[in-house]
Amino acid sequence: MMAPALELAHLSKRFGGLPATKNVSLSVMPGERRLIIGPNGAGKTTLFNLITGDLTADAGSVRLFGQELTEMPTQRRVHLGLARTYQILTLFPRERLVHNVVLSLLGLDRRRWNPWSILTANGDLYASAQTALERVGLGEAAERIVAETSYGERRRLELAMALAQKPKVLLLDEPLAGLSQPERQRIRALLDAIPRDVTIVMIEHDMDTALAFAERITVLHYGEVIVEGTRAEVVADPRTREVYLGD
Amino acid sequence: MTRGTRVALALCALILLAVPWIIGNEFYVNMASQVLIYALFALSINMMLGYGGMVSLGHAAYLGIAGYACILATLAGYDQLTAAIFAIALSTLAAALFGVLSLRAPGLGFIMITLALGQIVWGVAYRANDLTGGDNGIRHPARPMPFGFDIHDASSFYYFTLVVFLIALFFIRRFSRSPFGASLMGARDQPRRMRMLGHNVWLIRWITFVMAGFWASVAGVLYVNYNLFLSPHAISLQQSAEILLMAILGGASTLSGPIVGAAIITLVKNVVSTYVERWNTLLGVIFVVVIMFMPHGLVPGCTQAWRRLRNRLRRRKTSSGAASELAR
Repeated sequence: MMAPALELAHLSKRFGGLPATKNVSLSVMPGERRLIIGPNGAGKTTLFNLITGDLTADAGSVRLFGQELTEMPTQRRVHLGLARTYQILTLFPRERLVHNVVLSLLGLDRRRWNPWSILTANGDLYASAQTALERVGLGEAAERIVAETSYGERRRLELAMALAQKPKVLLLDEPLAGLSQPERQRIRALLDAIPRDVTIVMIEHDMDTALAFAERITVLHYGEVIVEGTRAEVVADPRTREVYLGD
Repeated sequence: MTRGTRVALALCALILLAVPWIIGNEFYVNMASQVLIYALFALSINMMLGYGGMVSLGHAAYLGIAGYACILATLAGYDQLTAAIFAIALSTLAAALFGVLSLRAPGLGFIMITLALGQIVWGVAYRANDLTGGDNGIRHPARPMPFGFDIHDASSFYYFTLVVFLIALFFIRRFSRSPFGASLMGARDQPRRMRMLGHNVWLIRWITFVMAGFWASVAGVLYVNYNLFLSPHAISLQQSAEILLMAILGGASTLSGPIVGAAIITLVKNVVSTYVERWNTLLGVIFVVVIMFMPHGLVPGCTQAWRRLRNRLRRRKTSSGAASELAR
């Protein structure tokens, strides 16, 4: 049997006395679209931070295509094919859009250690960055400064930076947060166009988009997995309603 | 590079070359050498401060280690070039070690560790009487004779310093525009994001720390060859703070800022101190005024002011043009 693209086993994390993640186990198969939902404070973003290594787990393990990641620093996990976007935009606001994507490309390129060559002379990097921006419809905006772009454009830039790295597993943390309806449609089309060799795990509150997109759904509540299954199973499960509508 | 900057660069180069002729007076030519040496110190600390966002209060440590090593190696009978290479290598090695220690803590912790390390070097220089001459300092026997050129007099030493300075400036300029420089600035603005993009932020900062230590060591060797003397006073906390102030005053994160800052502080120190006893106060006043009106330093502040002025003039021209159109 094929190894899961992403496998969490008995993952736990406490902040002081407060458990943020409690014994979470889940496995996502290659090519799958997985949705993680749960009320505010359910520990969804904490789970992402444990997967990327921004936080270290108190117990449990994270595996990417069977490879143990638990002790690995964030940047090595990225080199193994992990990428993410942030719920709170994390960009380089004073730089041009194309420079943001170039920094993303450099992250996986040996040239990032070169203190001698001139960055802008590396034409191939800028060409790839331009392609990545065109993919999310920002080709025209490449030379603009991030601080002068709209919120929707920045959301798409987040996505372009992650996609430019050609990840194997992509973590999307509320890619639709704060967007208008037309912008949402746009991101939805972009997500649908991502090829199947990319495995996607997404946190999202917009149920219309999220349910249309996901194949399997995991419901988190107070750091625990309470329900997991196909779209229909999870929607029909009474515990899902309980969590969302209260006792 | 636009034509304007190219002309400006050529003009700067010409002025720098002509300094001994323009000035003539040996005292001031020596001061020009001093400005260049301090400018190199300020440029090196700015690699960390401006591009990396790392504030170091222990930069004089490299002046100390490289300076004492250079003098002691020369006294031990090694030739000047060997002594200089040995001094720079030893001091850069110290930077590698200091970097590992300092980068354990971010932000304020980093400042405090660099400060502590700088004070340790100062303390050793102060206490190790047999080696460093303690409080009395130690004399450097002679200036080197690179490739048989005699650089004992003021203007030939100035040219020697200028050559070293321009080489360093060239390398640091390339550094600031390189992929590595871009990664460093990215790590300054969004360290977490940079990790998530595959960059090793710790290593980027450590390499920068060592490079900054290397260029400071080069400046340190120039310093002892200029003064022919080194004492613990030259590597005190005040020295580290002054180097830092040069970069901030001129404008960290620009290439020319630290050079301008070094020139102003060195000139105030040397020229004004002959007329005014409390030159330190004057320096303080200058610093406060600059930071009040130009919080990013002199160079970015002046560039911005110039741009604003030009725009206003242009607008006035177009609006008066429009007015005359209307009058017609």
